Amino acid sequence: MSSWVLFLTVFLACSVEAVEALTIILAAGTSRHWGSALQGTGAALLALAATVAVLGPAVSLIPINGLRLVVGALLLVFGLQWLRKAVMRGSGYKALHDETAAYADEVEAARAAAAGGRGAVRDWYAFTLSFKGTFLEGLEVAFIMVTFGNNQKDVPVAVLGALAAVVLVAAVGIAVRAPLARVPENTMKFVVGTMLTSFGVFWATEGIGARWPGSDTSLLVLVPVVALIALGYTAALRRGNPAAKNSVAAASGVPVEGSLT
Amino acid sequence: MTLLRNFAMFWYDFIVGDDWRVALGVVLALAATYGLVKSGVDAWWLPPVAVVLLLGLSLRRVVRSAHQG
Repeated sequence: MSSWVLFLTVFLACSVEAVEALTIILAAGTSRHWGSALQGTGAALLALAATVAVLGPAVSLIPINGLRLVVGALLLVFGLQWLRKAVMRGSGYKALHDETAAYADEVEAARAAAAGGRGAVRDWYAFTLSFKGTFLEGLEVAFIMVTFGNNQKDVPVAVLGALAAVVLVAAVGIAVRAPLARVPENTMKFVVGTMLTSFGVFWATEGIGARWPGSDTSLLVLVPVVALIALGYTAALRRGNPAAKNSVAAASGVPVEGSLT
Repeated sequence: MTLLRNFAMFWYDFIVGDDWRVALGVVLALAATYGLVKSGVDAWWLPPVAVVLLLGLSLRRVVRSAHQG
């Protein structure tokens, strides 16, 4: 394998991992709180740098499948909660702008204060989502770098390939951040629920030891399938909900309570 | 004691959310997948099937309680 082939291989493999991390960060930042999501990403990068600095080449000995299973299972539970609420809002079973939201915020703030240790982080949920996504994918990037670099006895080229992938994907993330902010709230929540559920089911299944047909490319099928299933449930629930059916605005195509857009 | 209770409630709400059956279903589905993988079946299809069922059952409970209440 020449240096260029090594660079390209590491670049492509790390791009896939970086896109997966970026998806989680964008989801947490756009739908919850950008500051906390970026704090989570920064904290994960620091933890990752410390892990790699301490372990060095031994980083490849970390039980990545156990990590995938835990992170995947948590994302799956989070994702199903998001998806359920998005379907309920989309079908009119839950208000788009919950009138109890202010009260819920107060309760949440009180709980956060009582739990302590989160003073600088405004949204713990966004922080941990970003942290887990970045740390897990960052470790995979480190594995790829170490494995390919050591196998080809050319670690610097492997590091360059990985760095180029991370920088490129980060630039894409910054570019799409503004357009994403214009997406309607419930549509964004629906997309976040779909992404968390898809990545959760993908990682948890991999962590258990099952093999997805097509490996990482199966995500290209998994994400739309999860979205279609959730849209199907939304349509079915809308049909059975008289409040959503009788809406005049819905008939005129205007985005209303009970619409995903 | 209240502090401890609030701390436990925060983490319960944070991880489990408002439908504990979904969280339990995820754990059971993953355990079943693990069992199948250990016995030689590449059961990658089981967690996606569980997602469809768990989401559907959770939504069914919401609709039922909405119609009752």
